[in-house]
Amino acid sequence: MTLAEKILAAHCGKKKISPGELINVKVDLVLSNDITAPIAIKEFRRIGVKKVFDPKKVVMVPDHFVPNKDIASAEQAKMMKEFALQQKLVYFEVGEMGIEHVLLPEKGLVLPGDVVIGADSHTCTYGALGAFATGMGSTDIATAMATGEIWMKVPPTIKFVYSGKLRKWVSGKDLILYTIGDIGVDGATYACMEFTGDAISRLSMDSRFTMANMAIEAGAKAGIFSVDQNTLDYVKSRAKRPYKVYESDKNSQYSKVIEYDVSKIEPQVAFPHKPSNTRPISKVGKVEIDQVVIGSCTNGRLEDLQIAARVLRGRKVNKRVRCIIIPGSREVYLQALRKGLVKLFIEAGAVVSTPTCGPCLGGYMGVLAAGERCVSTTNRNFVGRMGSPQSEVYLANPAIAAASAVLGRIAGPEEVGR
Amino acid sequence: MKLRGKVHNYGDDVNTDVIIPARYLNVYDPAELAQHAMEDLDPDFLKKVKPGDIIVAGANFGCGSSREHAPLAIKAAGISCVVAKSFARIFYRNAIDIGLPILECEEAVDKTRAGDTLEVDLSTGEIKNITRGLTFEAKPYPNFMLELINAGGLIEYTKRKLAANRGIKVRR
Repeated sequence: MTLAEKILAAHCGKKKISPGELINVKVDLVLSNDITAPIAIKEFRRIGVKKVFDPKKVVMVPDHFVPNKDIASAEQAKMMKEFALQQKLVYFEVGEMGIEHVLLPEKGLVLPGDVVIGADSHTCTYGALGAFATGMGSTDIATAMATGEIWMKVPPTIKFVYSGKLRKWVSGKDLILYTIGDIGVDGATYACMEFTGDAISRLSMDSRFTMANMAIEAGAKAGIFSVDQNTLDYVKSRAKRPYKVYESDKNSQYSKVIEYDVSKIEPQVAFPHKPSNTRPISKVGKVEIDQVVIGSCTNGRLEDLQIAARVLRGRKVNKRVRCIIIPGSREVYLQALRKGLVKLFIEAGAVVSTPTCGPCLGGYMGVLAAGERCVSTTNRNFVGRMGSPQSEVYLANPAIAAASAVLGRIAGPEEVGR
Repeated sequence: MKLRGKVHNYGDDVNTDVIIPARYLNVYDPAELAQHAMEDLDPDFLKKVKPGDIIVAGANFGCGSSREHAPLAIKAAGISCVVAKSFARIFYRNAIDIGLPILECEEAVDKTRAGDTLEVDLSTGEIKNITRGLTFEAKPYPNFMLELINAGGLIEYTKRKLAANRGIKVRR
Protein backbone atom coordinates (compact mmCIF):
# COMPACT_ATOMS: atom_id res chain seq x y z
CA MET A 1 0.00 0.00 0.00
CA THR A 2 1.02 3.63 -0.43
CA LEU A 3 1.66 6.00 2.46
CA ALA A 4 -1.82 7.52 2.05
CA GLU A 5 -3.51 4.12 1.88
CA LYS A 6 -1.71 2.95 5.04
CA ILE A 7 -2.81 6.02 7.00
CA LEU A 8 -6.41 5.66 5.83
CA ALA A 9 -6.43 1.90 6.52
CA ALA A 10 -5.20 2.50 10.07
CA HIS A 11 -8.01 5.03 10.60
CA CYS A 12 -10.82 2.79 9.37
CA GLY A 13 -9.72 -0.37 11.14
CA LYS A 14 -8.84 -2.35 8.02
CA LYS A 15 -5.66 -4.23 7.18
CA LYS A 16 -5.86 -3.50 3.48
CA ILE A 17 -7.73 -0.95 1.38
CA SER A 18 -7.63 -0.14 -2.32
CA PRO A 19 -8.42 2.91 -4.44
CA GLY A 20 -12.14 3.41 -5.07
CA GLU A 21 -13.19 1.70 -1.85
CA LEU A 22 -15.61 3.63 0.37
CA ILE A 23 -14.47 3.77 3.98
CA ASN A 24 -15.53 5.38 7.21
CA VAL A 25 -12.52 7.16 8.66
CA LYS A 26 -11.83 8.25 12.24
CA VAL A 27 -10.36 11.74 12.18
CA ASP A 28 -7.60 13.15 14.41
CA LEU A 29 -8.47 16.78 13.81
CA VAL A 30 -11.43 18.72 12.40
CA LEU A 31 -10.84 22.30 11.32
CA SER A 32 -12.92 25.28 10.25
CA ASN A 33 -12.48 29.04 9.92
CA ASP A 34 -14.52 32.24 10.21
CA ILE A 35 -16.07 31.74 6.74
CA THR A 36 -16.86 28.03 6.89
CA ALA A 37 -17.54 27.54 10.63
CA PRO A 38 -20.89 29.41 10.68
CA ILE A 39 -22.49 26.93 8.26
CA ALA A 40 -20.78 24.01 10.04
CA ILE A 41 -22.19 25.18 13.39
CA LYS A 42 -25.67 25.62 11.94
CA GLU A 43 -25.57 22.10 10.44
CA PHE A 44 -24.02 20.65 13.62
CA ARG A 45 -27.01 21.94 15.57
CA ARG A 46 -29.39 20.24 13.13
CA ILE A 47 -27.81 16.86 13.90
CA GLY A 48 -29.09 17.24 17.44
CA VAL A 49 -26.05 16.25 19.51
CA LYS A 50 -25.11 18.65 22.30
CA LYS A 51 -21.33 18.32 22.31
CA VAL A 52 -18.61 17.79 19.73
CA PHE A 53 -17.06 14.31 19.77
CA ASP A 54 -13.81 15.55 21.36
CA PRO A 55 -13.17 19.26 21.97
CA LYS A 56 -9.38 18.72 21.81
CA LYS A 57 -9.74 17.53 18.23
CA VAL A 58 -11.95 20.31 16.92
CA VAL A 59 -10.10 23.49 15.91
CA MET A 60 -11.57 26.83 14.89
CA VAL A 61 -9.29 29.56 13.58
CA PRO A 62 -10.50 33.05 12.71
CA ASP A 63 -8.20 34.08 9.86
CA HIS A 64 -10.03 34.95 6.64
CA PHE A 65 -11.72 38.26 7.49
CA VAL A 66 -10.17 39.00 10.91
CA PRO A 67 -9.45 41.34 12.55
CA ASN A 68 -13.05 41.84 11.41
CA LYS A 69 -13.31 43.78 8.16
CA ASP A 70 -16.98 44.74 8.44
CA ILE A 71 -20.09 44.18 10.56
CA ALA A 72 -21.25 41.10 8.68
CA SER A 73 -17.90 39.33 9.06
CA ALA A 74 -17.78 40.42 12.70
CA GLU A 75 -21.09 38.60 13.24
CA GLN A 76 -19.67 35.43 11.71
CA ALA A 77 -16.48 35.61 13.80
CA LYS A 78 -18.60 36.20 16.91
CA MET A 79 -20.80 33.20 16.20
CA MET A 80 -17.71 31.01 15.80
CA LYS A 81 -16.00 32.36 18.91
CA GLU A 82 -19.08 31.84 21.10
CA PHE A 83 -19.51 28.28 19.87
CA ALA A 84 -15.79 27.50 20.28
CA LEU A 85 -15.66 28.87 23.84
CA GLN A 86 -18.91 27.21 24.88
CA GLN A 87 -17.75 23.84 23.49
CA LYS A 88 -14.20 24.38 24.86
CA LEU A 89 -12.68 23.80 21.42
CA VAL A 90 -9.13 24.60 20.35
CA TYR A 91 -9.50 28.27 19.43
CA PHE A 92 -7.03 31.07 18.74
CA GLU A 93 -7.99 34.74 19.18
CA VAL A 94 -6.26 37.32 16.98
CA GLY A 95 -3.36 37.90 19.40
CA GLU A 96 -2.19 34.31 19.12
CA MET A 97 -3.60 33.30 15.79
CA GLY A 98 -2.18 32.80 12.38
CA ILE A 99 -3.38 31.60 9.01
CA GLU A 100 -4.78 28.18 9.90
CA HIS A 101 -2.42 26.12 7.73
CA VAL A 102 0.66 27.94 8.99
CA LEU A 103 -0.54 27.85 12.58
CA LEU A 104 -1.63 24.24 13.11
CA PRO A 105 1.67 22.56 12.21
CA GLU A 106 3.58 25.16 14.26
CA LYS A 107 1.45 24.40 17.30
CA GLY A 108 2.05 20.67 16.91
CA LEU A 109 -1.67 20.11 16.36
CA VAL A 110 -1.04 18.06 13.19
CA LEU A 111 1.47 15.22 13.31
CA PRO A 112 2.72 12.49 10.97
CA GLY A 113 0.22 9.71 10.36
CA ASP A 114 -2.82 11.84 11.26
CA VAL A 115 -6.04 12.12 9.30
CA VAL A 116 -7.15 15.74 9.23
CA ILE A 117 -10.18 17.23 7.56
CA GLY A 118 -10.88 20.93 7.31
CA ALA A 119 -13.56 23.19 5.90
CA ASP A 120 -10.92 24.90 3.81
CA SER A 121 -9.59 23.54 0.55
CA HIS A 122 -5.97 24.18 1.55
CA THR A 123 -6.20 21.73 4.44
CA CYS A 124 -4.09 19.52 2.17
CA THR A 125 -1.07 21.58 3.37
CA TYR A 126 -0.50 19.12 6.25
CA GLY A 127 0.52 16.40 3.83
CA ALA A 128 3.98 17.95 4.18
CA LEU A 129 4.13 16.28 7.61
CA GLY A 130 3.27 12.83 6.30
CA ALA A 131 -0.36 13.22 7.37
CA PHE A 132 -3.44 12.57 5.23
CA ALA A 133 -5.22 15.91 5.14
CA THR A 134 -8.04 17.04 2.89
CA GLY A 135 -10.52 19.87 2.46
CA MET A 136 -14.27 19.40 2.64
CA GLY A 137 -17.37 21.55 2.96
CA SER A 138 -19.04 22.77 6.12
CA THR A 139 -21.68 20.01 6.27
CA ASP A 140 -19.04 17.27 6.12
CA ILE A 141 -17.17 19.09 8.88
CA ALA A 142 -20.34 19.37 10.97
CA THR A 143 -20.81 15.61 10.71
CA ALA A 144 -17.23 14.93 11.76
CA MET A 145 -17.57 17.42 14.64
CA ALA A 146 -20.53 15.39 15.89
CA THR A 147 -19.26 11.87 15.27
CA GLY A 148 -15.47 12.00 14.90
CA GLU A 149 -15.85 10.14 11.63
CA ILE A 150 -16.31 10.90 7.94
CA TRP A 151 -16.84 8.84 4.81
CA MET A 152 -14.13 8.88 2.16
CA LYS A 153 -13.39 7.19 -1.10
CA VAL A 154 -9.83 5.83 -1.07
CA PRO A 155 -8.02 7.91 -3.69
CA PRO A 156 -5.62 6.48 -6.24
CA THR A 157 -2.10 7.84 -5.72
CA ILE A 158 -0.04 9.54 -8.42
CA LYS A 159 3.68 9.42 -7.70
CA PHE A 160 5.73 12.47 -8.64
CA VAL A 161 9.49 11.99 -8.72
CA TYR A 162 11.65 15.14 -8.68
CA SER A 163 15.33 14.56 -9.29
CA GLY A 164 18.37 16.73 -9.78
CA LYS A 165 19.69 19.95 -8.30
CA LEU A 166 17.42 22.98 -7.95
CA ARG A 167 18.49 26.13 -9.77
CA LYS A 168 19.09 29.30 -7.79
CA TRP A 169 15.85 30.97 -6.61
CA VAL A 170 13.78 27.88 -7.40
CA SER A 171 11.68 26.74 -4.46
CA GLY A 172 8.78 24.43 -3.66
CA LYS A 173 6.44 27.03 -5.15
CA ASP A 174 8.10 26.69 -8.54
CA LEU A 175 8.03 22.88 -8.44
CA ILE A 176 4.30 22.80 -7.68
CA LEU A 177 3.44 25.54 -10.22
CA TYR A 178 5.47 23.69 -12.84
CA THR A 179 3.66 20.45 -11.96
CA ILE A 180 0.20 22.07 -12.16
CA GLY A 181 1.24 23.70 -15.44
CA ASP A 182 2.14 20.24 -16.71
CA ILE A 183 -0.88 18.21 -15.53
CA GLY A 184 -3.56 20.95 -15.45
CA VAL A 185 -6.04 22.19 -12.85
CA ASP A 186 -7.85 18.84 -13.00
CA GLY A 187 -4.72 16.76 -13.57
CA ALA A 188 -4.99 15.02 -10.20
CA THR A 189 -8.75 15.21 -9.54
CA TYR A 190 -9.78 12.84 -6.71
CA ALA A 191 -6.20 11.52 -6.49
CA CYS A 192 -3.49 11.77 -3.85
CA MET A 193 -0.24 13.35 -5.10
CA GLU A 194 2.82 11.73 -3.49
CA PHE A 195 5.90 13.93 -3.79
CA THR A 196 9.17 11.97 -3.90
CA GLY A 197 12.71 12.05 -5.29
CA ASP A 198 16.16 13.23 -4.27
CA ALA A 199 15.26 16.88 -4.89
CA ILE A 200 12.37 16.51 -2.43
CA SER A 201 14.55 14.96 0.26
CA ARG A 202 16.72 18.12 0.15
CA LEU A 203 13.69 20.43 0.25
CA SER A 204 12.99 22.50 3.40
CA MET A 205 9.80 21.93 5.40
CA ASP A 206 8.53 25.40 4.43
CA SER A 207 8.88 24.52 0.73
CA ARG A 208 7.14 21.18 1.34
CA PHE A 209 4.20 22.95 3.00
CA THR A 210 3.95 25.16 -0.11
CA MET A 211 3.85 22.14 -2.42
CA ALA A 212 1.30 20.15 -0.42
CA ASN A 213 -0.77 23.33 -0.06
CA MET A 214 -1.29 23.65 -3.81
CA ALA A 215 -2.16 19.98 -4.48
CA ILE A 216 -5.80 21.14 -4.50
CA GLU A 217 -5.00 23.44 -7.45
CA ALA A 218 -4.51 20.27 -9.51
CA GLY A 219 -7.82 18.97 -8.15
CA ALA A 220 -6.13 16.52 -5.77
CA LYS A 221 -7.71 15.19 -2.61
CA ALA A 222 -4.37 15.31 -0.84
CA GLY A 223 -0.67 15.91 -1.38
CA ILE A 224 1.70 13.89 0.74
CA PHE A 225 5.40 13.55 1.60
CA SER A 226 7.30 10.76 3.33
CA VAL A 227 8.54 11.54 6.80
CA ASP A 228 12.32 12.05 6.94
CA GLN A 229 14.83 13.67 9.30
CA ASN A 230 13.64 17.15 8.21
CA THR A 231 10.09 16.27 9.24
CA LEU A 232 11.17 14.72 12.53
CA ASP A 233 13.29 17.77 13.38
CA TYR A 234 10.27 20.00 12.70
CA VAL A 235 7.88 17.86 14.74
CA LYS A 236 10.21 17.03 17.66
CA SER A 237 9.84 20.22 19.69
CA ARG A 238 6.18 20.67 18.78
CA ALA A 239 4.49 17.29 19.32
CA LYS A 240 2.57 16.91 22.56
CA ARG A 241 1.17 13.46 21.79
CA PRO A 242 2.47 10.27 20.16
CA TYR A 243 2.37 9.92 16.39
CA LYS A 244 3.05 7.24 13.84
CA VAL A 245 5.28 7.30 10.79
CA TYR A 246 4.11 5.37 7.71
CA GLU A 247 6.00 4.64 4.51
CA SER A 248 4.91 3.62 1.03
CA ASP A 249 5.71 -0.02 0.29
CA LYS A 250 8.23 -0.70 -2.46
CA ASN A 251 5.53 -2.53 -4.43
CA SER A 252 2.85 0.18 -3.95
CA GLN A 253 0.34 0.55 -6.75
CA TYR A 254 0.37 4.00 -8.33
CA SER A 255 -2.17 5.12 -10.91
CA LYS A 256 0.64 7.02 -12.63
CA VAL A 257 4.30 7.91 -12.11
CA ILE A 258 5.46 11.31 -13.37
CA GLU A 259 9.15 12.26 -13.33
CA TYR A 260 10.76 15.68 -13.53
CA ASP A 261 14.38 16.76 -13.85
CA VAL A 262 14.32 19.84 -11.62
CA SER A 263 17.61 21.19 -12.95
CA LYS A 264 15.61 22.20 -16.05
CA ILE A 265 12.94 24.09 -14.06
CA GLU A 266 13.15 27.89 -13.89
CA PRO A 267 11.21 30.02 -11.42
CA GLN A 268 7.58 29.93 -12.61
CA VAL A 269 4.83 32.51 -12.99
CA ALA A 270 1.16 31.47 -13.35
CA PHE A 271 -0.61 33.96 -15.59
CA PRO A 272 -4.30 34.85 -15.26
CA HIS A 273 -6.69 33.17 -14.81
CA LYS A 274 -5.61 29.65 -13.88
CA PRO A 275 -2.81 28.30 -11.68
CA SER A 276 -1.96 25.97 -14.58
CA ASN A 277 -1.28 28.86 -16.96
CA THR A 278 2.43 28.86 -16.13
CA ARG A 279 5.48 30.30 -17.87
CA PRO A 280 9.16 30.25 -16.88
CA ILE A 281 10.33 33.67 -15.70
CA SER A 282 12.51 34.05 -18.82
CA LYS A 283 9.39 33.96 -21.02
CA VAL A 284 7.24 36.43 -19.07
CA GLY A 285 7.90 39.57 -21.12
CA LYS A 286 7.08 43.05 -19.85
CA VAL A 287 4.10 43.04 -17.48
CA GLU A 288 3.71 46.18 -15.35
CA ILE A 289 2.16 45.69 -11.95
CA ASP A 290 0.33 47.66 -9.25
CA GLN A 291 0.55 45.40 -6.23
CA VAL A 292 2.63 42.64 -4.67
CA VAL A 293 1.42 40.32 -1.92
CA ILE A 294 3.90 38.14 -0.03
CA GLY A 295 2.21 35.85 2.47
CA SER A 296 -0.74 33.39 2.75
CA CYS A 297 -1.04 29.73 3.72
CA THR A 298 1.03 29.02 0.62
CA ASN A 299 4.05 31.29 1.17
CA GLY A 300 3.70 33.07 4.53
CA ARG A 301 6.39 31.17 6.44
CA LEU A 302 9.77 32.32 7.71
CA GLU A 303 11.77 30.97 4.75
CA ASP A 304 9.47 32.90 2.38
CA LEU A 305 10.04 36.16 4.25
CA GLN A 306 13.79 35.52 4.38
CA ILE A 307 13.90 35.05 0.61
CA ALA A 308 11.89 38.24 0.08
CA ALA A 309 14.26 40.07 2.44
CA ARG A 310 17.30 38.87 0.50
CA VAL A 311 15.88 40.57 -2.61
CA LEU A 312 14.56 43.70 -0.88
CA ARG A 313 17.63 44.38 1.28
CA GLY A 314 18.98 47.85 0.51
CA ARG A 315 16.40 48.38 -2.25
CA LYS A 316 13.17 50.33 -2.53
CA VAL A 317 9.71 49.26 -3.58
CA ASN A 318 8.79 50.89 -6.89
CA LYS A 319 6.70 54.06 -6.60
CA ARG A 320 3.79 52.54 -8.55
CA VAL A 321 3.57 49.40 -6.39
CA ARG A 322 1.76 48.58 -3.15
CA CYS A 323 3.89 45.87 -1.55
CA ILE A 324 1.99 44.05 1.20
CA ILE A 325 3.85 41.52 3.34
CA ILE A 326 1.90 39.28 5.70
CA PRO A 327 3.65 36.89 8.09
CA GLY A 328 1.56 33.72 8.28
CA SER A 329 1.41 33.48 12.04
CA ARG A 330 2.34 35.15 15.29
CA GLU A 331 5.43 32.92 15.54
CA VAL A 332 6.54 33.80 11.99
CA TYR A 333 5.88 37.49 12.75
CA LEU A 334 7.98 37.37 15.93
CA GLN A 335 10.84 35.58 14.21
CA ALA A 336 10.72 38.11 11.38
CA LEU A 337 10.90 40.89 13.97
CA ARG A 338 13.84 39.30 15.82
CA LYS A 339 15.76 38.79 12.60
CA GLY A 340 15.21 42.40 11.57
CA LEU A 341 13.10 41.47 8.53
CA VAL A 342 10.13 43.62 9.48
CA LYS A 343 12.33 46.71 9.76
CA LEU A 344 13.97 45.86 6.46
CA PHE A 345 10.58 45.50 4.75
CA ILE A 346 9.21 48.75 6.13
CA GLU A 347 12.39 50.65 5.24
CA ALA A 348 12.16 49.24 1.72
CA GLY A 349 8.67 50.73 1.42
CA ALA A 350 6.51 47.66 2.02
CA VAL A 351 3.64 47.46 4.51
CA VAL A 352 3.63 44.60 7.02
CA SER A 353 0.29 43.29 8.29
CA THR A 354 -0.91 41.10 11.11
CA PRO A 355 -1.56 37.52 9.90
CA THR A 356 -4.68 37.21 7.75
CA CYS A 357 -5.88 35.48 4.59
CA GLY A 358 -7.40 38.87 3.61
CA PRO A 359 -5.99 39.80 0.19
CA CYS A 360 -5.58 36.24 -1.18
CA LEU A 361 -9.34 35.87 -1.62
CA GLY A 362 -10.19 39.51 -2.25
CA GLY A 363 -11.43 39.92 1.30
CA TYR A 364 -9.55 43.00 2.49
CA MET A 365 -5.99 44.33 3.06
CA GLY A 366 -5.18 44.57 -0.63
CA VAL A 367 -8.25 44.37 -2.88
CA LEU A 368 -7.58 45.11 -6.56
CA ALA A 369 -9.33 47.72 -8.74
CA ALA A 370 -10.39 47.05 -12.33
CA GLY A 371 -7.37 46.86 -14.61
CA GLU A 372 -4.88 46.40 -11.76
CA ARG A 373 -2.29 43.64 -11.78
CA CYS A 374 -0.82 41.87 -8.77
CA VAL A 375 2.11 39.49 -8.35
CA SER A 376 1.15 37.29 -5.45
CA THR A 377 2.74 34.39 -3.58
CA THR A 378 -0.77 33.03 -2.94
CA ASN A 379 -2.44 30.04 -4.58
CA ARG A 380 -5.26 31.07 -6.95
CA ASN A 381 -5.59 33.55 -9.79
CA PHE A 382 -9.15 32.91 -10.94
CA VAL A 383 -11.25 35.80 -12.30
CA GLY A 384 -12.04 38.21 -9.44
CA ARG A 385 -10.01 36.24 -6.90
CA MET A 386 -8.33 39.32 -5.39
CA GLY A 387 -10.95 41.94 -6.19
CA SER A 388 -12.39 43.32 -9.40
CA PRO A 389 -13.26 40.71 -12.03
CA GLN A 390 -11.25 42.96 -14.38
CA SER A 391 -8.08 42.66 -12.27
CA GLU A 392 -5.26 40.17 -12.87
CA VAL A 393 -3.28 37.96 -10.49
CA TYR A 394 0.10 36.43 -11.31
CA LEU A 395 1.22 33.66 -8.97
CA ALA A 396 4.92 33.34 -8.15
CA ASN A 397 7.48 32.58 -5.46
CA PRO A 398 8.57 35.23 -2.88
CA ALA A 399 11.81 36.06 -4.75
CA ILE A 400 9.96 36.96 -7.94
CA ALA A 401 7.31 38.83 -5.94
CA ALA A 402 9.97 40.91 -4.16
CA ALA A 403 11.92 41.62 -7.36
CA SER A 404 8.69 42.63 -9.10
CA ALA A 405 7.89 45.01 -6.24
CA VAL A 406 11.25 46.74 -6.81
CA LEU A 407 11.04 46.97 -10.59
CA GLY A 408 7.29 47.64 -10.95
CA ARG A 409 6.99 44.81 -13.46
CA ILE A 410 7.17 41.03 -13.23
CA ALA A 411 10.86 40.28 -12.79
CA GLY A 412 13.25 37.63 -11.56
CA PRO A 413 15.52 38.35 -8.57
CA GLU A 414 18.61 38.38 -10.82
CA GLU A 415 17.25 41.48 -12.60
CA VAL A 416 17.15 43.81 -9.58
CA GLY A 417 20.93 43.96 -9.33
CA ARG A 418 21.38 45.40 -12.77
CA MET B 1 -38.20 12.87 -9.61
CA LYS B 2 -38.14 14.86 -12.83
CA LEU B 3 -36.61 18.31 -13.20
CA ARG B 4 -37.25 20.55 -16.16
CA GLY B 5 -35.70 23.88 -17.02
CA LYS B 6 -33.87 26.12 -19.43
CA VAL B 7 -30.13 25.68 -19.86
CA HIS B 8 -27.40 28.12 -18.85
CA ASN B 9 -24.24 26.94 -20.54
CA TYR B 10 -20.63 27.38 -19.31
CA GLY B 11 -17.20 25.98 -20.17
CA ASP B 12 -14.52 24.01 -18.30
CA ASP B 13 -13.08 24.76 -14.83
CA VAL B 14 -15.96 26.92 -13.56
CA ASN B 15 -14.42 27.67 -10.16
CA THR B 16 -16.02 28.51 -6.83
CA ASP B 17 -14.53 32.02 -6.94
CA VAL B 18 -16.81 32.88 -9.85
CA ILE B 19 -19.78 30.82 -8.60
CA ILE B 20 -19.79 32.97 -5.46
CA PRO B 21 -16.93 35.49 -5.06
CA ALA B 22 -15.26 35.44 -1.63
CA ARG B 23 -16.01 39.12 -1.13
CA TYR B 24 -19.61 38.07 -0.43
CA LEU B 25 -18.74 35.35 2.08
CA ASN B 26 -19.30 37.61 5.05
CA VAL B 27 -22.82 36.12 5.13
CA TYR B 28 -24.01 32.53 4.84
CA ASP B 29 -27.74 32.93 4.25
CA PRO B 30 -28.43 31.15 0.92
CA ALA B 31 -30.93 33.79 -0.27
CA GLU B 32 -28.36 36.56 0.25
CA LEU B 33 -25.60 34.52 -1.40
CA ALA B 34 -27.91 33.89 -4.37
CA GLN B 35 -27.91 37.64 -5.12
CA HIS B 36 -24.30 37.27 -6.31
CA ALA B 37 -24.35 33.78 -7.81
CA MET B 38 -22.16 33.42 -10.95
CA GLU B 39 -21.61 37.19 -10.87
CA ASP B 40 -17.98 37.28 -12.03
CA LEU B 41 -18.55 34.80 -14.87
CA ASP B 42 -21.98 35.90 -16.08
CA PRO B 43 -23.10 39.29 -14.72
CA ASP B 44 -26.61 38.78 -16.19
CA PHE B 45 -27.11 35.36 -14.59
CA LEU B 46 -29.53 36.60 -11.94
CA LYS B 47 -31.65 38.45 -14.51
CA LYS B 48 -31.86 35.39 -16.76
CA VAL B 49 -32.31 32.56 -14.28
CA LYS B 50 -35.77 31.16 -13.54
CA PRO B 51 -36.68 28.63 -10.86
CA GLY B 52 -35.94 25.14 -12.14
CA ASP B 53 -33.28 26.19 -14.65
CA ILE B 54 -30.32 23.91 -15.23
CA ILE B 55 -26.59 24.69 -15.45
CA VAL B 56 -24.73 22.71 -18.10
CA ALA B 57 -20.94 22.98 -17.96
CA GLY B 58 -17.69 21.36 -19.05
CA ALA B 59 -15.09 19.49 -17.00
CA ASN B 60 -14.01 20.17 -13.41
CA PHE B 61 -17.09 22.19 -12.39
CA GLY B 62 -16.70 23.75 -8.93
CA CYS B 63 -12.92 23.60 -8.68
CA GLY B 64 -11.09 25.70 -6.12
CA SER B 65 -12.27 26.59 -2.65
CA SER B 66 -14.20 24.29 -0.30
CA ARG B 67 -16.92 26.91 0.23
CA GLU B 68 -20.28 25.19 0.56
CA HIS B 69 -21.66 28.64 -0.20
CA ALA B 70 -21.14 27.78 -3.90
CA PRO B 71 -23.79 25.04 -4.28
CA LEU B 72 -25.98 26.88 -1.73
CA ALA B 73 -25.86 30.08 -3.82
CA ILE B 74 -26.80 28.52 -7.15
CA LYS B 75 -29.48 26.34 -5.55
CA ALA B 76 -31.05 29.37 -3.86
CA ALA B 77 -30.84 31.28 -7.16
CA GLY B 78 -33.26 28.71 -8.57
CA ILE B 79 -30.96 26.20 -10.25
CA SER B 80 -32.53 22.75 -9.96
CA CYS B 81 -29.61 20.68 -11.23
CA VAL B 82 -26.07 20.89 -12.65
CA VAL B 83 -25.05 18.66 -15.56
CA ALA B 84 -21.30 18.69 -16.23
CA LYS B 85 -18.61 16.58 -17.85
CA SER B 86 -17.03 16.21 -14.42
CA PHE B 87 -17.01 17.85 -11.00
CA ALA B 88 -14.21 18.89 -8.67
CA ARG B 89 -14.31 16.59 -5.65
CA ILE B 90 -15.15 19.01 -2.84
CA PHE B 91 -17.96 20.58 -4.88
CA TYR B 92 -19.30 17.09 -5.60
CA ARG B 93 -19.47 16.26 -1.89
CA ASN B 94 -20.94 19.63 -1.00
CA ALA B 95 -23.68 19.43 -3.63
CA ILE B 96 -24.75 15.95 -2.48
CA ASP B 97 -24.55 17.04 1.17
CA ILE B 98 -26.88 20.01 0.71
CA GLY B 99 -29.22 18.35 -1.79
CA LEU B 100 -28.30 20.02 -5.09
CA PRO B 101 -28.66 17.32 -7.78
CA ILE B 102 -25.58 16.99 -9.99
CA LEU B 103 -25.09 14.67 -12.93
CA GLU B 104 -22.06 13.74 -15.04
CA CYS B 105 -22.66 13.28 -18.77
CA GLU B 106 -20.13 14.32 -21.41
CA GLU B 107 -22.42 13.74 -24.38
CA ALA B 108 -25.29 15.80 -22.97
CA VAL B 109 -22.89 18.68 -22.38
CA ASP B 110 -21.44 18.48 -25.90
CA LYS B 111 -24.88 18.44 -27.57
CA THR B 112 -26.67 21.04 -25.46
CA ARG B 113 -26.68 24.79 -26.01
CA ALA B 114 -27.74 27.75 -23.89
CA GLY B 115 -31.49 28.26 -23.94
CA ASP B 116 -32.34 24.59 -24.68
CA THR B 117 -34.89 22.95 -22.42
CA LEU B 118 -33.68 19.88 -20.51
CA GLU B 119 -35.65 17.32 -18.58
CA VAL B 120 -33.69 15.31 -16.03
CA ASP B 121 -35.03 12.16 -14.39
CA LEU B 122 -33.04 11.79 -11.18
CA SER B 123 -34.24 8.25 -10.49
CA THR B 124 -33.05 6.86 -13.83
CA GLY B 125 -30.30 9.35 -14.73
CA GLU B 126 -31.99 10.03 -18.07
CA ILE B 127 -31.36 13.49 -19.50
CA LYS B 128 -33.70 14.63 -22.30
CA ASN B 129 -32.94 17.63 -24.47
CA ILE B 130 -36.54 18.58 -25.31
CA THR B 131 -35.49 21.34 -27.72
CA ARG B 132 -33.36 19.00 -29.85
CA GLY B 133 -35.21 15.74 -29.23
CA LEU B 134 -32.14 13.97 -27.84
CA THR B 135 -31.80 11.58 -24.90
CA PHE B 136 -28.67 10.88 -22.83
CA GLU B 137 -27.69 8.63 -19.93
CA ALA B 138 -25.86 10.23 -17.02
CA LYS B 139 -23.18 8.32 -15.16
CA PRO B 140 -25.03 6.42 -12.40
CA TYR B 141 -24.48 7.41 -8.77
CA PRO B 142 -22.53 4.93 -6.62
CA ASN B 143 -24.86 3.15 -4.16
CA PHE B 144 -23.60 5.06 -1.15
CA MET B 145 -24.32 8.40 -2.85
CA LEU B 146 -27.85 7.20 -3.54
CA GLU B 147 -28.23 6.37 0.16
CA LEU B 148 -27.14 9.91 1.04
CA ILE B 149 -29.43 11.48 -1.56
CA ASN B 150 -32.40 9.34 -0.54
CA ALA B 151 -31.85 10.18 3.11
CA GLY B 152 -32.16 13.87 2.21
CA GLY B 153 -28.51 14.83 2.53
CA LEU B 154 -25.65 14.09 4.91
CA ILE B 155 -27.17 15.63 8.03
CA GLU B 156 -30.34 13.53 7.82
CA TYR B 157 -28.22 10.46 7.05
CA THR B 158 -26.02 11.15 10.10
CA LYS B 159 -29.05 11.71 12.34
CA ARG B 160 -30.45 8.33 11.37
CA LYS B 161 -27.12 6.61 11.80
CA LEU B 162 -26.61 8.10 15.28
CA ALA B 163 -30.16 7.14 16.25
CA ALA B 164 -29.66 3.61 14.96
CA ASN B 165 -26.47 3.35 17.03
CA ARG B 166 -28.51 4.29 20.08
CA GLY B 167 -31.31 1.93 19.05
CA ILE B 168 -33.77 4.78 18.54
CA LYS B 169 -36.05 5.32 15.57
CA VAL B 170 -36.03 8.85 14.22
CA ARG B 171 -39.36 10.47 13.58
CA ARG B 172 -39.54 11.74 10.04
